[in-house]
Amino acid sequence: MIWQVDFWLLVILIITALVALSVHDLLAAVVALAAYSFFVALLFSQAGAIDVAFVEATLGAGISGVLFIVVLLLTRRRSED
Amino acid sequence: MIKQHYQSIVIQTVCSLLIPFIQLFALYVIIHGHYGPGGGFQGGVLLAVSIILQRLYLGSKISYRKFSPKMALAFGAIGMLIFGFAGVVPLAFGGAFLDYENLPIFWVHGAELRALGILIVEIGIGLAVFGTLVLIFDSLVGERW
Amino acid sequence: MRWVNAFIILLFVALMLYATVGLPDHADPQAPANVHVSPTYIEDSVADTHTPNIVTAVLADYRGYDTLGETVVIFTAGLACILILMKRKANDKATLSKHRHSDRM
Repeated sequence: MIWQVDFWLLVILIITALVALSVHDLLAAVVALAAYSFFVALLFSQAGAIDVAFVEATLGAGISGVLFIVVLLLTRRRSED
Repeated sequence: MIKQHYQSIVIQTVCSLLIPFIQLFALYVIIHGHYGPGGGFQGGVLLAVSIILQRLYLGSKISYRKFSPKMALAFGAIGMLIFGFAGVVPLAFGGAFLDYENLPIFWVHGAELRALGILIVEIGIGLAVFGTLVLIFDSLVGERW
Repeated sequence: MRWVNAFIILLFVALMLYATVGLPDHADPQAPANVHVSPTYIEDSVADTHTPNIVTAVLADYRGYDTLGETVVIFTAGLACILILMKRKANDKATLSKHRHSDRM
């Protein structure tokens, strides 16, 4: 448990979440969301919960990104707001 | 609608080389869940990822011939049935619901039988998650890819 | 309206930060979650189930009913996806054939 690693992981986490919320290109938002869940997985594994980190890395960064990109290909890529 | 397959030889070779290793790693994660990180959910997701990668680089027409959505539905239902029977069968042999010590495997006893029951349940979870994720991908994309 | 929303969100953040003061520290051995049932699992799970990974033992054996419910939820989500999206595809085909018919006419 090193608090510097924790602190900078949390800072990068908040930055990627803000990027995923504010960017207009939705494909970039999906990539930022995948990066977000990967940093969540790093935080979990740093806190000692390896199983939860594994689930987060496969489900959050893998499958949900693929499904989001599929839905983007079926609809439009730019967000309207 | 999106009929633009990558017919590049590099992508096809790399994907067809990668898929067996992903499936092997998924089986390792399911079966090795007793001793390390992993288990049914993670292994099922990795199996589904291998099938989805095949769907992506082959297109639906060839990929449905190798692994059809009906087979995915059958795998998911079989996984749920395995889990359900692992819960119900001990009831008939004098145990509680999901009490693996009373599974009718008579040459294993006690704690070993509980470890075996955990393995059976993990395989059921893996199959159910695998079938469900492939089904969600198929019903989203359909035959348009 | 925008500033009202920002004010409400700031108020919510302040409330949550105030609530975290009462929580136990990270990895505190005297926290209520760590003194009730966790010692039993940590001490007995290897002898009970021959499973060195305690997480797997808790998920699939001690709390198997929860895992059954989770798996049923996931499977039901897949079935609902089939029911909704496959129906939409059939409707698409019906409207497409209708359009083609009208084009020919």
